[in-house]
Amino acid sequence: MSDSIDIINAFALMTNFVILPALSYGSQLALGALAVTLVYSILRFSNFAQGDSMAFGTMLVILISGYMISKGWTITGFPTAILAIPLALIGMSIYLLTMDRLVYRHYRKIKAKQNIVGITASIGVMFVTGGIVRFILGASAQRFGDGERFIFSVREFKAFTGLEQGIAFKTSQFLTITLAILLVAFLFYFLQKTKTGKAMRAYSDNTELALLSGIDPDKVVQITWLLVALFTTIAGTLYGLDKGFAPQQYHLLLLPIFASVIVGGIGSPIGAIAGAFLVAFSEILLTYAYKKFLIYLLPLSMHPSSLVQLIGTEYKYAISFVILVIVLLIRPTGIFKGKVIDGE
Amino acid sequence: MAYLEGKNLVASYGVVPILHECSVEVEKGELAVIVGPNGAGKSTVMRVLLGMLDATSGSVTLDGKDISMLSTQDRIGMGLAFVPQTKNVFPSMTVEENLEMGGFIRKDDISKTIQEVYELFPILYDKRKQLAVQLSGGQRQQVAFGRAMMTKPSVMLLDEPTAGVSPIVMDEIFSNILDVRNAGMAVLMVEQNAQQALNIADKGFVLVSGRNEHTGTGKELINDREVRKKFLGG
Repeated sequence: MSDSIDIINAFALMTNFVILPALSYGSQLALGALAVTLVYSILRFSNFAQGDSMAFGTMLVILISGYMISKGWTITGFPTAILAIPLALIGMSIYLLTMDRLVYRHYRKIKAKQNIVGITASIGVMFVTGGIVRFILGASAQRFGDGERFIFSVREFKAFTGLEQGIAFKTSQFLTITLAILLVAFLFYFLQKTKTGKAMRAYSDNTELALLSGIDPDKVVQITWLLVALFTTIAGTLYGLDKGFAPQQYHLLLLPIFASVIVGGIGSPIGAIAGAFLVAFSEILLTYAYKKFLIYLLPLSMHPSSLVQLIGTEYKYAISFVILVIVLLIRPTGIFKGKVIDGE
Repeated sequence: MAYLEGKNLVASYGVVPILHECSVEVEKGELAVIVGPNGAGKSTVMRVLLGMLDATSGSVTLDGKDISMLSTQDRIGMGLAFVPQTKNVFPSMTVEENLEMGGFIRKDDISKTIQEVYELFPILYDKRKQLAVQLSGGQRQQVAFGRAMMTKPSVMLLDEPTAGVSPIVMDEIFSNILDVRNAGMAVLMVEQNAQQALNIADKGFVLVSGRNEHTGTGKELINDREVRKKFLGG
Protein backbone atom coordinates (compact mmCIF):
# COMPACT_ATOMS: atom_id res chain seq x y z
CA MET A 1 0.00 0.00 0.00
CA SER A 2 1.31 3.45 -0.87
CA ASP A 3 1.98 6.02 1.81
CA SER A 4 0.54 8.93 -0.14
CA ILE A 5 -2.97 10.27 0.35
CA ASP A 6 -5.31 8.52 -2.02
CA ILE A 7 -8.74 10.12 -2.09
CA ILE A 8 -10.10 8.21 -5.09
CA ASN A 9 -9.40 4.81 -3.61
CA ALA A 10 -10.78 5.97 -0.25
CA PHE A 11 -13.97 7.02 -1.99
CA ALA A 12 -14.20 3.74 -3.90
CA LEU A 13 -13.78 1.91 -0.60
CA MET A 14 -16.57 3.89 1.03
CA THR A 15 -18.83 3.38 -1.97
CA ASN A 16 -18.33 -0.35 -1.88
CA PHE A 17 -18.65 -0.92 1.85
CA VAL A 18 -20.86 1.95 3.05
CA ILE A 19 -22.72 3.90 0.40
CA LEU A 20 -24.06 1.08 -1.78
CA PRO A 21 -24.97 -1.23 1.13
CA ALA A 22 -26.62 1.63 3.04
CA LEU A 23 -28.55 2.77 -0.03
CA SER A 24 -29.97 -0.68 -0.61
CA TYR A 25 -30.56 -1.42 3.09
CA GLY A 26 -32.19 2.02 3.40
CA SER A 27 -34.44 1.27 0.42
CA GLN A 28 -35.53 -2.01 1.97
CA LEU A 29 -36.27 -0.30 5.29
CA ALA A 30 -38.10 2.48 3.46
CA LEU A 31 -40.48 0.04 1.78
CA GLY A 32 -41.17 -1.66 5.12
CA ALA A 33 -41.55 1.71 6.83
CA LEU A 34 -44.04 2.86 4.18
CA ALA A 35 -46.14 -0.24 4.90
CA VAL A 36 -46.11 0.62 8.62
CA THR A 37 -46.99 4.24 7.80
CA LEU A 38 -49.94 3.17 5.66
CA VAL A 39 -51.35 0.95 8.40
CA TYR A 40 -50.81 3.67 10.98
CA SER A 41 -52.49 6.36 8.87
CA ILE A 42 -55.54 4.34 7.90
CA LEU A 43 -56.03 1.70 10.58
CA ARG A 44 -54.52 3.80 13.37
CA PHE A 45 -52.21 1.34 14.98
CA SER A 46 -48.51 0.56 14.85
CA ASN A 47 -48.26 -2.77 13.10
CA PHE A 48 -45.89 -4.96 15.10
CA ALA A 49 -46.44 -7.79 12.65
CA GLN A 50 -44.58 -5.92 9.87
CA GLY A 51 -41.25 -7.77 10.19
CA ASP A 52 -42.85 -11.19 10.31
CA SER A 53 -45.23 -10.25 7.48
CA MET A 54 -42.15 -9.50 5.39
CA ALA A 55 -40.90 -12.98 6.27
CA PHE A 56 -44.27 -14.42 5.22
CA GLY A 57 -44.17 -12.64 1.86
CA THR A 58 -40.59 -13.74 1.30
CA MET A 59 -41.55 -17.30 2.20
CA LEU A 60 -44.20 -17.24 -0.55
CA VAL A 61 -41.62 -15.93 -3.00
CA ILE A 62 -39.14 -18.67 -2.00
CA LEU A 63 -41.77 -21.39 -2.41
CA ILE A 64 -43.05 -20.10 -5.75
CA SER A 65 -39.62 -19.36 -7.20
CA GLY A 66 -38.44 -22.81 -6.07
CA TYR A 67 -41.25 -24.33 -8.08
CA MET A 68 -40.49 -22.11 -11.06
CA ILE A 69 -36.81 -23.05 -10.99
CA SER A 70 -37.72 -26.76 -10.87
CA LYS A 71 -39.82 -26.20 -14.00
CA GLY A 72 -37.05 -24.23 -15.66
CA TRP A 73 -39.08 -21.01 -15.80
CA THR A 74 -36.23 -18.60 -15.25
CA ILE A 75 -34.80 -15.51 -16.89
CA THR A 76 -31.09 -15.28 -17.47
CA GLY A 77 -29.30 -12.74 -15.36
CA PHE A 78 -31.99 -12.03 -12.81
CA PRO A 79 -33.14 -13.97 -9.76
CA THR A 80 -36.27 -16.04 -10.36
CA ALA A 81 -37.63 -14.53 -7.14
CA ILE A 82 -38.49 -11.39 -9.10
CA LEU A 83 -40.71 -13.45 -11.42
CA ALA A 84 -42.37 -15.04 -8.40
CA ILE A 85 -43.36 -11.72 -6.81
CA PRO A 86 -46.68 -11.21 -8.66
CA LEU A 87 -48.00 -14.61 -7.57
CA ALA A 88 -46.66 -14.15 -4.04
CA LEU A 89 -48.45 -10.79 -3.93
CA ILE A 90 -51.77 -12.52 -4.45
CA GLY A 91 -51.04 -14.92 -1.61
CA MET A 92 -49.84 -12.11 0.65
CA SER A 93 -52.94 -10.03 -0.07
CA ILE A 94 -55.18 -12.95 0.80
CA TYR A 95 -53.23 -13.55 4.01
CA LEU A 96 -53.38 -9.92 5.15
CA LEU A 97 -57.06 -9.53 4.25
CA THR A 98 -57.83 -12.73 6.14
CA MET A 99 -55.96 -11.47 9.20
CA ASP A 100 -57.89 -8.21 8.95
CA ARG A 101 -61.17 -10.09 8.73
CA LEU A 102 -60.29 -12.41 11.63
CA VAL A 103 -58.55 -9.98 13.96
CA TYR A 104 -58.47 -6.25 13.24
CA ARG A 105 -61.98 -5.75 11.85
CA HIS A 106 -63.51 -6.74 15.16
CA TYR A 107 -61.73 -3.87 16.95
CA ARG A 108 -62.81 -1.38 14.30
CA LYS A 109 -66.43 -2.44 14.70
CA ILE A 110 -66.41 -2.01 18.47
CA LYS A 111 -64.50 1.28 18.00
CA ALA A 112 -61.74 0.27 20.39
CA LYS A 113 -59.13 2.84 21.38
CA GLN A 114 -57.21 1.74 18.41
CA ASN A 115 -53.50 2.29 18.75
CA ILE A 116 -53.00 0.32 21.93
CA VAL A 117 -55.59 -2.33 21.07
CA GLY A 118 -54.26 -2.60 17.52
CA ILE A 119 -50.69 -2.90 18.77
CA THR A 120 -51.64 -5.71 21.10
CA ALA A 121 -53.63 -7.50 18.41
CA SER A 122 -50.80 -7.08 15.91
CA ILE A 123 -48.34 -8.61 18.39
CA GLY A 124 -50.59 -11.67 18.33
CA VAL A 125 -50.62 -11.65 14.54
CA MET A 126 -46.83 -11.24 14.63
CA PHE A 127 -46.37 -14.45 16.64
CA VAL A 128 -48.84 -16.40 14.51
CA THR A 129 -47.23 -15.20 11.27
CA GLY A 130 -43.72 -15.90 12.51
CA GLY A 131 -44.87 -19.34 13.65
CA ILE A 132 -46.37 -20.20 10.26
CA VAL A 133 -43.16 -19.17 8.49
CA ARG A 134 -40.97 -21.27 10.81
CA PHE A 135 -43.37 -24.19 10.51
CA ILE A 136 -43.21 -24.16 6.71
CA LEU A 137 -39.62 -23.14 5.97
CA GLY A 138 -37.87 -23.88 9.25
CA ALA A 139 -36.00 -21.40 11.43
CA SER A 140 -32.59 -21.67 9.79
CA ALA A 141 -31.12 -19.18 7.36
CA GLN A 142 -31.15 -19.85 3.62
CA ARG A 143 -30.28 -18.15 0.35
CA PHE A 144 -32.68 -18.12 -2.57
CA GLY A 145 -31.10 -15.76 -5.09
CA ASP A 146 -30.15 -17.40 -8.38
CA GLY A 147 -28.96 -15.82 -11.61
CA GLU A 148 -26.06 -13.39 -11.91
CA ARG A 149 -24.87 -12.15 -8.51
CA PHE A 150 -23.26 -8.97 -9.82
CA ILE A 151 -24.10 -6.23 -12.27
CA PHE A 152 -20.33 -5.70 -12.16
CA SER A 153 -17.89 -7.39 -9.79
CA VAL A 154 -14.85 -6.03 -7.94
CA ARG A 155 -12.56 -7.66 -10.48
CA GLU A 156 -14.43 -6.19 -13.47
CA PHE A 157 -14.43 -2.78 -11.83
CA LYS A 158 -10.70 -2.91 -11.12
CA ALA A 159 -9.92 -4.04 -14.66
CA PHE A 160 -12.07 -1.25 -16.05
CA THR A 161 -10.81 1.61 -13.88
CA GLY A 162 -7.34 0.43 -12.88
CA LEU A 163 -8.03 1.41 -9.25
CA GLU A 164 -6.55 -0.58 -6.42
CA GLN A 165 -9.84 -0.56 -4.54
CA GLY A 166 -12.75 -2.18 -6.36
CA ILE A 167 -16.49 -1.57 -6.22
CA ALA A 168 -18.96 -4.39 -6.71
CA PHE A 169 -22.54 -3.65 -7.67
CA LYS A 170 -24.69 -6.59 -6.68
CA THR A 171 -27.78 -7.52 -8.69
CA SER A 172 -29.77 -7.43 -5.45
CA GLN A 173 -28.60 -3.85 -4.80
CA PHE A 174 -29.50 -2.80 -8.32
CA LEU A 175 -32.95 -4.43 -8.03
CA THR A 176 -33.53 -2.95 -4.59
CA ILE A 177 -32.76 0.61 -5.58
CA THR A 178 -34.67 0.40 -8.88
CA LEU A 179 -37.76 -1.25 -7.42
CA ALA A 180 -37.79 1.09 -4.42
CA ILE A 181 -37.77 4.14 -6.70
CA LEU A 182 -40.56 2.67 -8.85
CA LEU A 183 -42.71 1.71 -5.87
CA VAL A 184 -42.30 5.03 -4.10
CA ALA A 185 -43.15 6.89 -7.32
CA PHE A 186 -46.20 4.69 -7.73
CA LEU A 187 -47.34 5.27 -4.14
CA PHE A 188 -47.03 9.03 -4.36
CA TYR A 189 -48.80 9.11 -7.71
CA PHE A 190 -51.54 6.90 -6.31
CA LEU A 191 -52.06 8.98 -3.17
CA GLN A 192 -51.86 12.37 -4.89
CA LYS A 193 -53.58 11.82 -8.21
CA THR A 194 -56.10 8.97 -8.10
CA LYS A 195 -59.56 9.21 -6.64
CA THR A 196 -59.03 6.13 -4.49
CA GLY A 197 -55.70 7.45 -3.22
CA LYS A 198 -57.24 10.78 -2.33
CA ALA A 199 -60.05 8.99 -0.53
CA MET A 200 -57.41 7.18 1.53
CA ARG A 201 -55.78 10.47 2.46
CA ALA A 202 -59.19 11.92 3.31
CA TYR A 203 -59.97 8.92 5.50
CA SER A 204 -56.62 9.31 7.25
CA ASP A 205 -57.12 13.05 7.66
CA ASN A 206 -60.64 13.09 9.07
CA THR A 207 -62.37 9.73 9.27
CA GLU A 208 -65.79 11.01 10.28
CA LEU A 209 -65.90 13.56 7.48
CA ALA A 210 -64.76 10.86 5.03
CA LEU A 211 -67.76 8.77 6.08
CA LEU A 212 -69.97 11.85 5.67
CA SER A 213 -68.61 12.23 2.14
CA GLY A 214 -69.71 8.71 1.32
CA ILE A 215 -66.23 7.14 1.34
CA ASP A 216 -66.58 3.44 2.08
CA PRO A 217 -64.35 2.64 5.08
CA ASP A 218 -64.20 -1.10 4.28
CA LYS A 219 -62.91 -0.38 0.80
CA VAL A 220 -60.29 2.04 2.09
CA VAL A 221 -59.09 -0.58 4.57
CA GLN A 222 -58.95 -3.29 1.91
CA ILE A 223 -56.96 -1.15 -0.48
CA THR A 224 -54.60 -0.27 2.35
CA TRP A 225 -53.92 -3.96 2.97
CA LEU A 226 -53.33 -4.54 -0.74
CA LEU A 227 -50.74 -1.75 -0.76
CA VAL A 228 -49.22 -3.14 2.43
CA ALA A 229 -49.01 -6.56 0.75
CA LEU A 230 -47.20 -5.00 -2.21
CA PHE A 231 -44.65 -3.12 -0.12
CA THR A 232 -44.19 -5.92 2.41
CA THR A 233 -43.60 -8.68 -0.13
CA ILE A 234 -41.18 -6.66 -2.20
CA ALA A 235 -39.30 -5.26 0.82
CA GLY A 236 -38.95 -8.76 2.28
CA THR A 237 -37.83 -10.31 -1.01
CA LEU A 238 -35.25 -7.61 -1.68
CA TYR A 239 -33.87 -7.87 1.85
CA GLY A 240 -33.66 -11.64 1.47
CA LEU A 241 -31.92 -11.44 -1.92
CA ASP A 242 -29.40 -9.05 -0.40
CA LYS A 243 -28.73 -10.67 2.96
CA GLY A 244 -30.32 -14.11 2.85
CA PHE A 245 -33.54 -15.26 4.47
CA ALA A 246 -33.80 -16.01 8.19
CA PRO A 247 -37.09 -15.66 10.09
CA GLN A 248 -35.44 -14.26 13.20
CA GLN A 249 -33.61 -11.61 11.18
CA TYR A 250 -36.90 -10.47 9.67
CA HIS A 251 -38.57 -10.41 13.06
CA LEU A 252 -35.81 -8.11 14.35
CA LEU A 253 -36.20 -5.78 11.35
CA LEU A 254 -39.17 -4.36 13.19
CA LEU A 255 -36.86 -2.21 15.30
CA PRO A 256 -35.05 -0.32 12.50
CA ILE A 257 -38.37 -0.04 10.63
CA PHE A 258 -40.14 1.51 13.61
CA ALA A 259 -37.14 3.75 14.22
CA SER A 260 -37.38 4.92 10.58
CA VAL A 261 -41.08 5.66 10.87
CA ILE A 262 -40.74 7.59 14.11
CA VAL A 263 -37.59 9.49 13.13
CA GLY A 264 -39.28 10.64 9.94
CA GLY A 265 -42.56 11.55 11.64
CA ILE A 266 -45.18 8.86 12.02
CA GLY A 267 -47.89 9.02 9.39
CA SER A 268 -45.69 10.91 6.92
CA PRO A 269 -44.64 8.87 3.85
CA ILE A 270 -41.74 11.20 3.00
CA GLY A 271 -40.64 11.02 6.61
CA ALA A 272 -40.64 7.23 6.51
CA ILE A 273 -38.29 7.25 3.53
CA ALA A 274 -35.97 9.88 5.01
CA GLY A 275 -36.00 8.06 8.35
CA ALA A 276 -35.15 4.76 6.68
CA PHE A 277 -32.04 6.17 5.04
CA LEU A 278 -31.02 7.94 8.24
CA VAL A 279 -31.27 4.68 10.18
CA ALA A 280 -29.52 2.66 7.47
CA PHE A 281 -26.61 5.08 7.14
CA SER A 282 -26.25 5.43 10.92
CA GLU A 283 -26.18 1.68 11.35
CA ILE A 284 -23.57 1.10 8.66
CA LEU A 285 -21.43 4.19 9.32
CA LEU A 286 -21.20 3.41 13.04
CA THR A 287 -20.39 -0.27 12.63
CA TYR A 288 -17.92 0.12 9.74
CA ALA A 289 -14.22 -0.41 10.49
CA TYR A 290 -12.44 2.68 9.16
CA LYS A 291 -8.86 1.35 9.33
CA LYS A 292 -8.34 0.92 5.60
CA PHE A 293 -10.21 4.13 4.80
CA LEU A 294 -7.90 6.10 7.09
CA ILE A 295 -4.83 4.39 5.67
CA TYR A 296 -5.81 5.75 2.28
CA LEU A 297 -6.30 9.25 3.63
CA LEU A 298 -3.62 9.71 6.28
CA PRO A 299 0.17 9.92 5.95
CA LEU A 300 2.07 6.81 6.94
CA SER A 301 3.03 8.11 10.38
CA MET A 302 -0.64 8.47 11.36
CA HIS A 303 -1.87 5.08 10.13
CA PRO A 304 -4.13 3.49 12.71
CA SER A 305 -3.21 0.13 14.19
CA SER A 306 -6.69 -0.72 15.47
CA LEU A 307 -9.80 -1.42 13.35
CA VAL A 308 -11.23 2.06 14.11
CA GLN A 309 -14.71 0.60 14.43
CA LEU A 310 -17.00 2.73 16.59
CA ILE A 311 -19.47 -0.03 17.50
CA GLY A 312 -19.34 -3.78 16.92
CA THR A 313 -21.77 -5.09 14.29
CA GLU A 314 -23.46 -7.25 16.93
CA TYR A 315 -24.79 -3.99 18.41
CA LYS A 316 -26.35 -2.70 15.20
CA TYR A 317 -29.91 -3.04 16.50
CA ALA A 318 -28.95 -0.94 19.52
CA ILE A 319 -28.29 1.91 17.12
CA SER A 320 -31.93 1.92 16.00
CA PHE A 321 -32.93 1.81 19.62
CA VAL A 322 -30.75 4.78 20.56
CA ILE A 323 -32.06 6.78 17.58
CA LEU A 324 -35.60 5.93 18.64
CA VAL A 325 -35.02 7.09 22.22
CA ILE A 326 -33.26 10.30 21.17
CA VAL A 327 -36.05 11.25 18.75
CA LEU A 328 -38.80 10.49 21.24
CA LEU A 329 -37.05 12.61 23.86
CA ILE A 330 -36.08 15.57 21.68
CA ARG A 331 -38.58 15.73 18.85
CA PRO A 332 -41.43 13.23 19.29
CA THR A 333 -43.13 14.41 16.10
CA GLY A 334 -40.11 13.34 14.00
CA ILE A 335 -38.29 15.29 11.31
CA PHE A 336 -41.35 15.83 9.14
CA LYS A 337 -43.75 16.69 11.97
CA GLY A 338 -45.93 13.62 12.00
CA LYS A 339 -48.37 12.76 14.71
CA VAL A 340 -47.36 12.12 18.29
CA ILE A 341 -48.22 8.64 19.43
CA ASP A 342 -50.58 9.18 22.30
CA GLY A 343 -52.28 5.83 22.66
CA GLU A 344 -55.49 7.11 21.13
CA MET B 1 -95.52 14.64 6.10
CA ALA B 2 -92.53 16.95 5.90
CA TYR B 3 -89.62 16.29 3.50
CA LEU B 4 -87.18 15.32 6.25
CA GLU B 5 -88.74 14.27 9.49
CA GLY B 6 -87.32 12.89 12.72
CA LYS B 7 -90.18 11.66 14.84
CA ASN B 8 -90.21 10.80 18.57
CA LEU B 9 -86.48 10.20 18.59
CA VAL B 10 -85.04 8.55 21.68
CA ALA B 11 -81.26 8.21 21.89
CA SER B 12 -78.51 7.87 24.42
CA TYR B 13 -74.72 7.80 24.61
CA GLY B 14 -74.11 4.55 26.43
CA VAL B 15 -76.29 4.71 29.53
CA VAL B 16 -76.68 8.51 29.47
CA PRO B 17 -80.05 9.35 27.91
CA ILE B 18 -79.90 12.40 25.63
CA LEU B 19 -83.10 12.57 23.57
CA HIS B 20 -86.58 11.88 24.92
CA GLU B 21 -89.22 11.67 22.20
CA CYS B 22 -87.81 14.59 20.33
CA SER B 23 -89.22 15.54 16.90
CA VAL B 24 -87.91 17.88 14.20
CA GLU B 25 -88.87 18.40 10.57
CA VAL B 26 -88.04 20.54 7.60
CA GLU B 27 -89.59 21.10 4.18
CA LYS B 28 -87.83 21.78 0.89
CA GLY B 29 -87.14 25.47 0.45
CA GLU B 30 -87.40 25.97 4.19
CA LEU B 31 -84.88 26.91 6.87
CA ALA B 32 -85.50 25.25 10.23
CA VAL B 33 -83.41 26.06 13.28
CA ILE B 34 -82.83 24.05 16.41
CA VAL B 35 -81.95 26.20 19.41
CA GLY B 36 -81.64 25.48 23.09
CA PRO B 37 -79.21 25.53 26.01
CA ASN B 38 -75.98 23.54 26.11
CA GLY B 39 -76.53 19.84 26.53
CA ALA B 40 -80.08 19.98 25.20
CA GLY B 41 -79.24 17.36 22.58
CA LYS B 42 -79.22 19.66 19.54
CA SER B 43 -76.21 18.08 17.90
CA THR B 44 -77.40 14.63 18.88
CA VAL B 45 -80.58 15.15 16.83
CA MET B 46 -78.35 15.81 13.82
CA ARG B 47 -76.31 12.69 14.46
CA VAL B 48 -79.46 10.58 14.68
CA LEU B 49 -80.90 12.08 11.48
CA LEU B 50 -77.62 11.19 9.73
CA GLY B 51 -77.36 7.69 11.14
CA MET B 52 -74.14 8.46 12.97
CA LEU B 53 -75.90 7.48 16.18
CA ASP B 54 -78.66 4.88 16.36
CA ALA B 55 -81.95 5.93 17.92
CA THR B 56 -83.42 3.45 20.40
CA SER B 57 -86.86 4.36 19.12
CA GLY B 58 -88.50 6.80 16.77
CA SER B 59 -88.15 7.12 13.02
CA VAL B 60 -86.37 9.22 10.42
CA THR B 61 -88.14 9.68 7.09
CA LEU B 62 -86.94 11.38 3.92
CA ASP B 63 -89.55 12.21 1.30
CA GLY B 64 -91.93 9.72 2.97
CA LYS B 65 -89.41 6.85 2.96
CA ASP B 66 -88.22 5.42 6.25
CA ILE B 67 -84.41 5.75 6.32
CA SER B 68 -83.91 4.89 10.00
CA MET B 69 -82.14 1.64 9.17
CA LEU B 70 -79.78 3.01 6.51
CA SER B 71 -76.08 3.65 7.04
CA THR B 72 -74.70 7.17 6.99
CA GLN B 73 -73.23 6.65 3.52
CA ASP B 74 -76.58 5.51 2.13
CA ARG B 75 -78.32 8.53 3.62
CA ILE B 76 -75.67 10.79 2.05
CA GLY B 77 -76.38 9.02 -1.24
CA MET B 78 -80.08 9.80 -0.85
CA GLY B 79 -79.47 13.53 -0.63
CA LEU B 80 -78.57 14.36 2.97
CA ALA B 81 -75.51 16.53 3.51
CA PHE B 82 -73.93 17.56 6.77
CA VAL B 83 -71.51 20.25 7.86
CA PRO B 84 -70.16 19.34 11.31
CA GLN B 85 -69.33 22.11 13.76
CA THR B 86 -65.67 21.20 14.18
CA LYS B 87 -63.28 19.10 12.12
CA ASN B 88 -65.35 19.84 9.05
CA VAL B 89 -62.55 19.93 6.47
CA PHE B 90 -59.72 17.60 5.44
CA PRO B 91 -56.88 19.73 6.83
CA SER B 92 -53.93 18.29 4.89
CA MET B 93 -55.74 18.34 1.56
CA THR B 94 -56.11 21.32 -0.75
CA VAL B 95 -59.33 23.27 -1.06
CA GLU B 96 -59.97 21.67 -4.42
CA GLU B 97 -59.30 18.18 -3.09
CA ASN B 98 -61.72 18.88 -0.24
CA LEU B 99 -64.41 19.66 -2.80
CA GLU B 100 -63.50 16.57 -4.85
CA MET B 101 -63.90 14.42 -1.76
CA GLY B 102 -67.27 16.05 -1.15
CA GLY B 103 -68.36 14.74 -4.55
CA PHE B 104 -66.79 11.34 -3.97
CA ILE B 105 -69.99 9.33 -4.40
CA ARG B 106 -70.95 11.02 -7.63
CA LYS B 107 -70.29 9.06 -10.80
CA ASP B 108 -70.86 12.01 -13.17
CA ASP B 109 -68.63 15.00 -13.88
CA ILE B 110 -68.24 17.10 -10.74
CA SER B 111 -66.25 19.96 -12.25
CA LYS B 112 -69.40 21.98 -12.89
CA THR B 113 -70.43 21.74 -9.25
CA ILE B 114 -66.93 22.77 -8.20
CA GLN B 115 -67.32 25.87 -10.42
CA GLU B 116 -70.66 26.62 -8.75
CA VAL B 117 -69.03 26.45 -5.32
CA TYR B 118 -66.30 28.83 -6.54
CA GLU B 119 -69.00 31.22 -7.79
CA LEU B 120 -70.67 31.10 -4.39
CA PHE B 121 -67.33 31.53 -2.55
CA PRO B 122 -64.92 33.37 -4.92
CA ILE B 123 -62.15 33.39 -2.28
CA LEU B 124 -61.99 29.61 -2.47
CA TYR B 125 -61.11 29.81 -6.15
CA ASP B 126 -58.07 31.95 -5.33
CA LYS B 127 -57.05 29.53 -2.59
CA ARG B 128 -57.92 26.30 -4.42
CA LYS B 129 -54.32 24.98 -4.34
CA GLN B 130 -53.81 25.79 -0.66
CA LEU B 131 -54.20 23.29 2.13
CA ALA B 132 -57.38 23.71 4.13
CA VAL B 133 -55.37 23.92 7.35
CA GLN B 134 -53.80 27.17 6.12
CA LEU B 135 -57.13 29.00 5.72
CA SER B 136 -58.79 31.35 8.19
CA GLY B 137 -61.75 30.14 10.26
CA GLY B 138 -64.33 31.79 8.00
CA GLN B 139 -62.72 30.46 4.83
CA ARG B 140 -62.51 26.99 6.31
CA GLN B 141 -66.23 27.22 7.08
CA GLN B 142 -66.80 28.03 3.41
CA VAL B 143 -64.76 24.99 2.38
CA ALA B 144 -66.85 22.86 4.76
CA PHE B 145 -70.02 24.30 3.28
CA GLY B 146 -68.77 23.83 -0.28
CA ARG B 147 -67.72 20.24 0.43
CA ALA B 148 -71.25 19.45 1.60
CA MET B 149 -72.73 21.10 -1.51
CA MET B 150 -70.78 18.76 -3.78
CA THR B 151 -73.30 15.92 -3.66
CA LYS B 152 -76.02 18.36 -4.81
CA PRO B 153 -78.00 17.47 -1.70
CA SER B 154 -81.70 18.06 -1.16
CA VAL B 155 -81.24 18.50 2.58
CA MET B 156 -78.43 20.41 4.25
CA LEU B 157 -77.78 19.84 7.93
CA LEU B 158 -75.57 22.43 9.63
CA ASP B 159 -74.18 22.12 13.12
CA GLU B 160 -73.46 25.62 14.49
CA PRO B 161 -72.13 27.05 11.22
CA THR B 162 -71.27 30.38 12.87
CA ALA B 163 -69.41 29.04 15.90
CA GLY B 164 -66.19 30.96 16.44
CA VAL B 165 -66.46 33.36 13.49
CA SER B 166 -66.62 37.16 13.56
CA PRO B 167 -70.01 38.93 13.30
CA ILE B 168 -69.24 40.02 9.72
CA VAL B 169 -68.47 36.48 8.65
CA MET B 170 -71.57 35.33 10.52
CA ASP B 171 -73.78 37.60 8.40
CA GLU B 172 -72.03 36.27 5.31
CA ILE B 173 -72.65 32.67 6.32
CA PHE B 174 -76.32 33.35 7.10
CA SER B 175 -76.72 34.97 3.70
CA ASN B 176 -75.12 31.90 2.06
CA ILE B 177 -77.55 29.69 3.96
CA LEU B 178 -80.51 31.76 2.75
CA ASP B 179 -79.20 31.46 -0.82
CA VAL B 180 -79.15 27.71 -0.47
CA ARG B 181 -82.66 27.67 0.95
CA ASN B 182 -83.94 29.92 -1.81
CA ALA B 183 -82.46 27.49 -4.31
CA GLY B 184 -84.98 24.96 -2.99
CA MET B 185 -82.95 22.97 -0.51
CA ALA B 186 -84.24 21.97 2.89
CA VAL B 187 -81.90 23.44 5.52
CA LEU B 188 -81.86 22.34 9.13
CA MET B 189 -79.36 23.97 11.42
CA VAL B 190 -78.36 23.94 15.03
CA GLU B 191 -77.44 27.43 16.15
CA GLN B 192 -75.93 28.99 19.24
CA ASN B 193 -76.79 32.54 18.12
CA ALA B 194 -80.50 31.91 18.71
CA GLN B 195 -81.74 35.47 18.16
CA GLN B 196 -80.13 35.92 14.75
CA ALA B 197 -80.95 32.41 13.65
CA LEU B 198 -84.63 32.63 14.55
CA ASN B 199 -84.79 35.97 12.76
CA ILE B 200 -84.09 34.33 9.43
CA ALA B 201 -85.67 30.94 10.17
CA ASP B 202 -88.95 29.73 8.73
CA LYS B 203 -89.37 27.31 11.56
CA GLY B 204 -87.78 26.86 14.97
CA PHE B 205 -87.47 24.11 17.52
CA VAL B 206 -86.49 24.92 21.09
CA LEU B 207 -85.01 21.85 22.75
CA VAL B 208 -84.49 21.51 26.48
CA SER B 209 -82.99 18.33 27.99
CA GLY B 210 -83.77 16.34 24.86
CA ARG B 211 -87.46 17.36 24.70
CA ASN B 212 -89.34 19.73 22.39
CA GLU B 213 -90.07 22.71 24.63
CA HIS B 214 -91.39 25.10 21.99
CA THR B 215 -92.07 24.79 18.28
CA GLY B 216 -93.23 27.45 15.86
CA THR B 217 -92.25 29.79 13.10
CA GLY B 218 -89.16 31.90 13.71
CA LYS B 219 -91.27 34.99 14.31
CA GLU B 220 -93.61 33.24 16.74
CA LEU B 221 -90.71 32.02 18.84
CA ILE B 222 -89.00 35.41 18.91
CA ASN B 223 -92.21 37.04 19.99
CA ASP B 224 -93.02 34.35 22.57
CA ARG B 225 -92.44 35.89 26.01
CA GLU B 226 -91.32 32.67 27.65
CA VAL B 227 -88.86 31.82 24.90
CA ARG B 228 -87.46 35.35 24.99
CA LYS B 229 -87.02 35.29 28.74
CA LYS B 230 -85.44 31.87 28.91
CA PHE B 231 -83.36 31.62 25.76
CA LEU B 232 -82.94 34.96 24.11
CA GLY B 233 -81.94 37.00 27.15
CA GLY B 234 -85.08 39.10 27.66
